[in-house]
Amino acid sequence: MSALVIDGAAVLVRNLQRIRHAPAITVLTQTMPVVFLLFFGYVFGSALAMPGEEYRAFLVPGLLVATVANGIMTGMFGAAQDAHRGVMDRFRTLPMSRSAVPVGQAVADLLTTAVGLVPLLLVGLAMGWRIEGGWPSAVGAFGLLLLFRFATTWVGILLGLASRSEEAAGQLGSATFMLPLLSNAYIPTDGLPGWLRTIAEWNPISAVTTALRHLFGNAPVPQDGAWPVTHPVAGSLLWCAVLIAVFLPLAVRRYARGER
Amino acid sequence: MNTTYAVLSEGLEKRFRDVQALCGLDLAVAEGTVCGLLGPNGAGKTTAVRVLTTLLAPDTGTARVAGHDVVREAAAVRRRIAVTGQYASVDGDLTGAENLRLFARLLRAPRSRADELLERFGLAQAADRPARTYSGGMRRRLDLAASLVTRPAVLFLDEPTTGLDPHSRNEIWEAVRELARDGTTVLLTTQYLEEADQLADDIVLIDEGRAAHQGTPARLKAQIGAYAEVVVAAEGGEPALHAAAVVLDQLTGTEPVLDRERRTAGAVVLDPDLTLPRIVRELDAGRVPVVDASLRPPTLDEVFLRLTARKEAAV
Repeated sequence: MSALVIDGAAVLVRNLQRIRHAPAITVLTQTMPVVFLLFFGYVFGSALAMPGEEYRAFLVPGLLVATVANGIMTGMFGAAQDAHRGVMDRFRTLPMSRSAVPVGQAVADLLTTAVGLVPLLLVGLAMGWRIEGGWPSAVGAFGLLLLFRFATTWVGILLGLASRSEEAAGQLGSATFMLPLLSNAYIPTDGLPGWLRTIAEWNPISAVTTALRHLFGNAPVPQDGAWPVTHPVAGSLLWCAVLIAVFLPLAVRRYARGER
Repeated sequence: MNTTYAVLSEGLEKRFRDVQALCGLDLAVAEGTVCGLLGPNGAGKTTAVRVLTTLLAPDTGTARVAGHDVVREAAAVRRRIAVTGQYASVDGDLTGAENLRLFARLLRAPRSRADELLERFGLAQAADRPARTYSGGMRRRLDLAASLVTRPAVLFLDEPTTGLDPHSRNEIWEAVRELARDGTTVLLTTQYLEEADQLADDIVLIDEGRAAHQGTPARLKAQIGAYAEVVVAAEGGEPALHAAAVVLDQLTGTEPVLDRERRTAGAVVLDPDLTLPRIVRELDAGRVPVVDASLRPPTLDEVFLRLTARKEAAV
């Protein structure tokens, strides 16, 4: 266990150093949501039935969750780069903890995300979004965001380790930006056709987004809809627990075994 | 009889989907020696290193490195080895100093060890630049330095000088010699006969996933001898090429190899008394229109042609 802490911390520092020397992807994944917020909020927002002001407040929690769900993409990029550039094989020949590399990557990503969400929050506040509920539940909302990030990162790490090449991981990773499109992050789901609505509401992004709107006091919990959306906090926690329980052990095992 | 082996493998086999990468590889590397694993691309060198460094489990067969089984006692093996090469590299996004400090932390070595190594490998000036900005030679030196953060019992070098200029190559060679003098067992893979010749106490020729031949460089070279190659004039066409082959066959007693595109006939020369003037005189006597002729140490390709030809003849 202490080996995991010392080795994991070393890998964490290394991942933060990487971001400092090659910041492009991190900066891109953290600034795109700000662009999306402005674009959706003012361009799409003006064409929707919902008043613009209201839509922008609706959109901020959705974009926070969409940004956090990018953990799949960044997790994939990070793991695929390490796996295909030979660094990971060097780690795997060292007498170090067999889970330190993926754990270090996931924790470094969590720290980066916590900082990276700040610009989005500031732009959101400038656009009129507010924390309308109590502070304890707002803290809970941020905690949930980071937990969801942690969960999606492990999905990404597993996919990145299993990828055939960096390019393949890049293409599949980039495609994950579509996941929030089929959720209630950008649009209310109650207007969707029945089957599509069911899919969108069972998307984990919908549960977390609804939980955030509830915890920030932006919108009440919907009365009807799929279970994770009508019970958003429990639904979100359950989703995170399931994703972590499935993908963390698979990713760690994949790293330790290492055969491609 | 008291030889202890730093690397000992028996019947290693490894199959990837449709490629049998290792077919019963036996290796024995005595402690404190440098062993060169020599072979063309695809011969199984890298797979062998990956199995011996615990990166890959063999399908069948066993291997012990530094006294421990690579599958059952992988953790113990990892404590005694270091790996440098095309597959185990440093992080290009980190600076040289950051890379070495990272490995120092992971190996519980003092941080000052990183600075020592940067100094020793002439990287102190570039210590704070990302490794991806390094030249090929600097990058390899950093790779090697990362393997020496703690002193390994067995050092694996996977094609340590492929793609390097002669000056950088010599620097790496010098570092490897120094390690060998200090008693580190080194197993290096290479495509270059010269590299194995320069560094290795023992050479293992790998072909199609098994050890095709093993011995000291001198013994190996004596078996392979030299290589004579004749270029014939284009006007002579096919008959000239054949005439050259006949003369070479008579002189060397080995199977000549024809290359129609380059218009060359070549043959392995085992007799040390066979000189180039004599070859040219015989060709002239045979009225072969020779444009160029040479007698030189064989390239690895020719060594392999020779060895595989002999193998087929023996069947």
